[in-house]
Amino acid sequence: MITYVLRRLGTGLVLAVLVTLITFLLLGTSFDDVAGTLLGSGATPESIQAQKAHMGLDRPVLTQYADWLSHAVRGDLGASYFTAEPVRSAITARLGVTLSVVLAALLFTAVISVALGVLAASRGGAVDRVAQGASLIGFLVPNLLIAIALVYLLAIKLKWLPATGYTPFAEDPGSWATSIAIPVAALMVPGIANLSAQIRGAMIGELRKDYVRTLRTRGVPTRSIVLRHALRNAAGPALTVLSLEFVQMLGGALIIEKVFALPGFGSYAFDASLQGDVPIIMGITLFGVLLVVCVNLAVDLVNGWLNPKARIH
Amino acid sequence: MSSSVKAPEPNTLETPADTGRKSALHTLMRDPQAVISAGILIVIVLLGLLAPLLTEHGPNHSSLDAVNAAPGTEGYLLGGDKSGRDIFARLLNSVNTSVVSALIGASIALAIGVTFGLVGGYFGRRVRGLTEWVFSLIMTFPGLLLLIVLLPVTDGDYRATMMIFGVLLSPGIYRLVRNLVVGVSKELYVDAARVSGLPDRRILSRHVLSVVRGPIVIAAAFLSGSSIAVQSGLAFLGIGSNEVASFGAMIADGFTNLYEEPLQFVWPSLFLGVMTASLVLLGNALRDALEGGRPKASDVVGARSRPAPAAGAANTAATSTASGLLVVEDLTIAYPAPSGELTEVVSGVNLSLEAGETLGLVGESGSGKTQTAFATLGVLPPEATITRGSIRLDGRELLGLAETELRKVRGTSIAYVPQEPMSNLDPSFTVGSQLVEGVRAATTLSRSEARERVLALLQRVGIPDPRRTFDSYPHQISGGMAQRVLIAGAVASRPLLLIADEPTTALDVTVQAEILDLLRDLQKDLNMAVLLVTHNFGVVADSCDRVAVMRQGEIVETGSTEELFSRPSHSYTRMLLDSILDDGAVRTDGPADAVASDSSSAVPDTEAS
Repeated sequence: MITYVLRRLGTGLVLAVLVTLITFLLLGTSFDDVAGTLLGSGATPESIQAQKAHMGLDRPVLTQYADWLSHAVRGDLGASYFTAEPVRSAITARLGVTLSVVLAALLFTAVISVALGVLAASRGGAVDRVAQGASLIGFLVPNLLIAIALVYLLAIKLKWLPATGYTPFAEDPGSWATSIAIPVAALMVPGIANLSAQIRGAMIGELRKDYVRTLRTRGVPTRSIVLRHALRNAAGPALTVLSLEFVQMLGGALIIEKVFALPGFGSYAFDASLQGDVPIIMGITLFGVLLVVCVNLAVDLVNGWLNPKARIH
Repeated sequence: MSSSVKAPEPNTLETPADTGRKSALHTLMRDPQAVISAGILIVIVLLGLLAPLLTEHGPNHSSLDAVNAAPGTEGYLLGGDKSGRDIFARLLNSVNTSVVSALIGASIALAIGVTFGLVGGYFGRRVRGLTEWVFSLIMTFPGLLLLIVLLPVTDGDYRATMMIFGVLLSPGIYRLVRNLVVGVSKELYVDAARVSGLPDRRILSRHVLSVVRGPIVIAAAFLSGSSIAVQSGLAFLGIGSNEVASFGAMIADGFTNLYEEPLQFVWPSLFLGVMTASLVLLGNALRDALEGGRPKASDVVGARSRPAPAAGAANTAATSTASGLLVVEDLTIAYPAPSGELTEVVSGVNLSLEAGETLGLVGESGSGKTQTAFATLGVLPPEATITRGSIRLDGRELLGLAETELRKVRGTSIAYVPQEPMSNLDPSFTVGSQLVEGVRAATTLSRSEARERVLALLQRVGIPDPRRTFDSYPHQISGGMAQRVLIAGAVASRPLLLIADEPTTALDVTVQAEILDLLRDLQKDLNMAVLLVTHNFGVVADSCDRVAVMRQGEIVETGSTEELFSRPSHSYTRMLLDSILDDGAVRTDGPADAVASDSSSAVPDTEAS
């Protein structure tokens, strides 16, 4: 068990190295622009070259990457080109905002999708049509329009919730909850549309299996058949979809944080990318991949617990 | 479910692929959802293409006179925006941007996904291992993060961004195609093509590509929709050149101007919403037409008996005075055909069974014997309808009982032993916990008492190490063991009637005899009636007192086993008997001599891993 987790974390690290390497190679094509941006409008080709040499950007890209990596493994992700703020502490300070939005959205997505999917699959008829209609609307309307509609309705028209801004949890849990409510809702809608459809499909498949019929013939109550037996067997594929949803939401959070002016990981990444702030971009990429690796590992461990055939002994 | 409905055969002169294609196109043309969404898309794309002819100003031409101009102003059909640009011109040019985004995103995703899906699916394990690894790597990239992180590289050109987005979308297509190809390359006709020496390239393009074509068309619609949505989202954030007209940028402009000029916000939102919605709806319609619709959900509780039970009983009371433990009269089960009308799979079946008696229900697959058994248990699939008839157990009408009532009957009076042992155990629970749950549902025993009873039963059905089996998961025991477990589960509540549906068909020959002996022993011990559904006259000769022969949903002959074997009156029965005797599959000697009859000490099958 422990060796399994260690091995998985090991492949995760290899993945992180590969992804950051590819990102760095791609970024390498834009180092001239980075130096130009730093120097401002008076930059000449000569001053740009001088600036690159000063920052070490004129060295071979692989050497630069090796340099970055050797610092990164020691926990040093460098400092912003523009503000000189250390990248690691800047990211960890902002990570809480992003994770509170993404994890809240993920939790609600999971709970609501299970409820919708199970109800739709086991009741059929009108319940199923309503659930499928709701899921279809989530697919049909672009996320952007949903976010705008929520802001317009909840913040501007009804004035129930603040449209933008963020209150840290430690400061005031109530305001914290209202400040992330609309972003969480905007992230949830496409997630629920997708996941509830997946769960519905998997549940319909399970409920048609032979063991369900056999359990019924033994007098086992329908409730237990649906919630204990079928749902448990349908949960494996649903969890995989949920882990993909996490990746999606992490990306979606970028847009959402920008729209709602949340001081998170995403808006930080966004501003850094517009400026070409390479150390921040690399730090963000690394954290992003490590988050995905951890979530995937967690999903696989839960899957092993749910599915005895996949269990690691 | 050996006997489900047979759909009317399509014209057999056409190859299946041809019929499939023609009928899919036909269904699509008659599906209003497909026609309307495709129509809307065509109109929108045409508007975009004709933009230079329809508008007087370029999308970026701004004029001070036109700032926030009202709709209908000379030369500004929908008015001007806050920078004095022609909203109509910007809308139509945004359509073009969206179409280009969709084309780039979808075609890159398809090109990469399909190519490597074909390669990974068709060639051996080693190649697949590599492609698998690369695509799971792509999947771990947080997509939008990457699009934004790479802004310095793409320089804000939306076309470059869409190319990257296409790469990020490709793993989904890869998996789809790989699964289809792995499925089809196991098909016999692909094997035949390979053996006959066709080169791989020809096989891939001719046989394999035809299978993946449908799903690819469907995926293209969804890929286009998400490309358009992502391009707009990025443009909304202000990523990309100001020169490029985009719904996202227009929405962002309109949003800041929402109170003064709400229409400036409404138009791009409407166009964007309608375009992506049409693509998704078109994709759904394509899926329904090409893949025959998605599974329908229905109430778990399942089939409803349509007639009022009283009416059913009244119909038959005059014609029959049958009595017994189980009396089935005039049972008729129907399924809806694709056209919507009901097709009968069981028609007017009459059966009766005394306490302690064994009745064999014999017939070839599709004759309706399993459907009859399921109807008696009240577990027909949800789409089945019992159109008339009566099923009485110990004088009590079962048809029309509420699910809660029926559940009590099922737990305590009728039990079921299925055909395929493995699929009838829930793979996620230990054998013991499934049996305990059944016992507790049917009795008032406590958890520990139920556990004791289950352990004793496992011992009784001849499982050598009951405790170990109790704690095992289904995949850890052999098929023969699993069937013993299921028998234990069935007799746990000491039922009056046991319905065994082909209980030995899925088992090894050596295990079959042991299971039959076990059933016979248990029947004697518990004085159960047994309804034994089988297609095997050997099993009938071994175990049954009486036999009913079914054919095409009707009982053609009933009688004692001896009578039937010596003087079969119906030609169908004679034919069945002849075909089996030819195989020499019948054990004509008495059951006691055939195997060591003491089944509890019979050679235990210890294949358990």
